[in-house]
Amino acid sequence: MDILNFIQQVVNGISVGSMYALIAIGYTMVYGVLRLINFAHGEIMMVGAFAAFMAMGVWGLPLFIAIIIAISFAILTGVLTDKIAYKPLRSAPRISLLITAIGVSFFLQNTINVFVGGTARSFPVAPFFDKVITINSIVFTPTLIIVPVITLSLLAILLFVLHKTKYGMAIRALAFDIKTVSLMGVNSNQIISLVFVIGSSLAAVGGIFWALSYPILTPYIGIMIGLKAFAAAVLGGIGSVSGALIGGFILGFAEVMFVAFYPEAGGYRDAIAFIFLILVLLVKPTGIMGINFEKSRF
Amino acid sequence: MQKPSKNTIIYTTLAIIFLIIAQSFFDDYTVRILNNIAIFIILATSYNLINGITGQFSLEPNGFVAIGAYVTALVLLTPEMKMDSFQLEDPHPIIMAINLSLIPALLLSGVIAAGVALMLAYPVFRVRGDYLAIVTLGFGFIIKVIAINSPAWTNGAIGLNDIPSLINLYWTGGIAIITVIILLNIIYSKYGRAMKAVRDDEDAAAAIGVNTMKIKTYAFGTSAFFEGVGGGLLAILLTTISPDLFQFFLTFQLLIIIVLGGLGSMTGAIIGTFLVIGGSEWLRFLDANINLFGFDFGAHPGLRMVVFSIILIIVMLFAREGLMGKKELSDIFKRKVK
Repeated sequence: MDILNFIQQVVNGISVGSMYALIAIGYTMVYGVLRLINFAHGEIMMVGAFAAFMAMGVWGLPLFIAIIIAISFAILTGVLTDKIAYKPLRSAPRISLLITAIGVSFFLQNTINVFVGGTARSFPVAPFFDKVITINSIVFTPTLIIVPVITLSLLAILLFVLHKTKYGMAIRALAFDIKTVSLMGVNSNQIISLVFVIGSSLAAVGGIFWALSYPILTPYIGIMIGLKAFAAAVLGGIGSVSGALIGGFILGFAEVMFVAFYPEAGGYRDAIAFIFLILVLLVKPTGIMGINFEKSRF
Repeated sequence: MQKPSKNTIIYTTLAIIFLIIAQSFFDDYTVRILNNIAIFIILATSYNLINGITGQFSLEPNGFVAIGAYVTALVLLTPEMKMDSFQLEDPHPIIMAINLSLIPALLLSGVIAAGVALMLAYPVFRVRGDYLAIVTLGFGFIIKVIAINSPAWTNGAIGLNDIPSLINLYWTGGIAIITVIILLNIIYSKYGRAMKAVRDDEDAAAAIGVNTMKIKTYAFGTSAFFEGVGGGLLAILLTTISPDLFQFFLTFQLLIIIVLGGLGSMTGAIIGTFLVIGGSEWLRFLDANINLFGFDFGAHPGLRMVVFSIILIIVMLFAREGLMGKKELSDIFKRKVK
């Protein structure tokens, strides 16, 4: 493979990795606070992507408004999921919470399937995103540049909120010990809702990016992307926001490079995230950033 | 194996009599549904072993059922039939070499599924059980990816056709009865008590000397074995299998069955199977054209699944114990000793 092709793949990898990172943040934050693998998170991303599709493709709204609509729908779905399905089970055994989460995930997929339709839709890519810039035969589409830039700036804002504001401090404290923090006068349900708001809105942005890069929508895209994003979160160290970014980038690179180097094995692309997940569990279950919940829990 | 109790003998005899009557007198459609129910009893009770008895949330059945179905199908097809049906690539020499009868085929399915389960269990159970759910969910998709991309082993996306239809109620029902008896024996053995201890409090179980990792692996492997066998039966029931067949919906149905019946109750899993499989035939009207008060709402394929997921969430929120809780049928009839 020549160097230009390699750079092209690097650019693609950064873009794919950013999307995984955006979705992985939601997994990692919810897991951090509730110790719950939120199976519905991939579906929240899908709801966001579908809301954007409806806004642009059906109602003909501009991209900017579509993004706002998508984020609002995703936040609504995320917060309602928490309020209706997870909140009554806070003190229940964790297996009940996980079963409910998988139920919500299945519910969202099939509700969208029934009421919007299960056939694959082509996402209306705004004219601006069709332009192609070629530098030294390396092809840049606007998405390839915009996606990482927006991802990194959103992450910077998130890290600022988490480490410099009172709400951020509450989230971090809740992740450390939910019972004690509630006793100290923090409204834990409000903070958990905030976590769902943050996670869902980032997932919606990730979903729109995904739809712009791979403009085919079905109600079932959430499962696979969600799984991969979760693998990325575990790889980076679940519970750590910057870990989610690192994990997302590594996974994105690995996938793109695998397909670039072994095009004949491209069908196995979806298996890479799974192999990463198994390897991380074998070698270092706490992931790259190494947050150990088992020790810090009690 | 402990000496069979009076109850076991009574229930088993009743079940066998029912099977003989059903196979001889019922019409084809009913027998087919009963076959389906028998296979789902195998799958649901073994799924309950890891989810309900050991308390480790797992989403593996569709993966292991797929393995079992493929192994049984490949073993049962004669070499000539394989040469005919493998269109994308010539079948792998190993596949050409193996050709067994039904019972060894089913056992081989179970053993291979259990072997894969042990390989998955080692990395997963080194950490707490949480990851089991996502790893097994991913596993179901990976099996599909592998089945599509290795045409020399599985005939790719086309799948396998003309699997000999050796099914009758004596096979499915008989194996279901054997499965339930074996599982009940495990549950009432020291392993079963250790599994329940892990479910109720893992730290406490470890503190009194239960090797929690070993117990969880054992439970996972056992349930994978029976899911493999059930998958094999499914293959000879359907006679045609393809990678798309073993979707997550299969796991989801089993999850509803054991949640509805009561996580941790084998009787509950059996009752749940009858309710869900029977109910899912009855709910077919939801997928057809809906005509309510003279308004035509059109057909909504998939509405059944929405209803299923709502049922699951509602049971989880308001009736977490399900129908039977953790009790078995014999617990209910047991007289209180003063």
